[in-house]
Amino acid sequence: MASIRLAVPKTAQSGDIIEIKALIQHEMESGFRRGSRGEVIPRDIIVRFECSFEGVQIFAADFHPAIAANPLLTFHMRAEKSGRLLFEWTDQNGETWRDSADLEVI
Amino acid sequence: MNKPGLLDRRQVLTGVGGAIAIAATPLPAFASQEDLDRARRELFGDRLIQEGRVTVKLPPIAENGFSVPLNVSVESPMVADDYVKRVAILSPRNPLPNIAQFHFTPQSGKAVVATRIRMSGTQAIQAVAEMNDGSLWSGSMETVVTLAACVVL
Repeated sequence: MASIRLAVPKTAQSGDIIEIKALIQHEMESGFRRGSRGEVIPRDIIVRFECSFEGVQIFAADFHPAIAANPLLTFHMRAEKSGRLLFEWTDQNGETWRDSADLEVI
Repeated sequence: MNKPGLLDRRQVLTGVGGAIAIAATPLPAFASQEDLDRARRELFGDRLIQEGRVTVKLPPIAENGFSVPLNVSVESPMVADDYVKRVAILSPRNPLPNIAQFHFTPQSGKAVVATRIRMSGTQAIQAVAEMNDGSLWSGSMETVVTLAACVVL
């Protein structure tokens, strides 16, 4: 299980643009490195990240091997109502990791 | 110590060292710039790309190409009828020209994103943004990479 770290403000004023940080622990093995015997280390990367709020997509990203290990994303959202943010990462084999965070708009 | 002659010699030596360092830096292969252009065509077709509205922020010197902080922002009000749809990050020198693509919605609030990228050498990273009206804008920034991410190749 990859470890996920999220930074989402717990509360926001309506209309505020909040900053969201999402990190997942992952090697992001590029497929360009070689091991000690000269063999190519196979590529193993996360290819897709999606963040949605109450079913509406806020932000998404497609990753290529040039994204550094333990990919960290900082992006934003306009807070209008309280609800739950869903975060989902998908690797090249279709395996997914999910986490969520609740936001209260006051 | 304070004799002007010594200072002059030091300046000359650092100048020569700098010139050698610049000469030793391999220029980006021409084919790689073509790779970037091809990747850009695959993403956006042959549509006109205007310069401006897109700001790429990278450290001027990256000591470690394995993890370089990248910040991209696009000037846009990010409302339902005027927003940034996507931003592609492209490299003229990495083994692959595509670095990432970011998808925004009006709910994003502002078109600003930050992450960490790998850079295999000194190069100008380019960002191309597509607006909801289909117009394309680009910006770039060059970073000197002292330890490239692909030295193990």
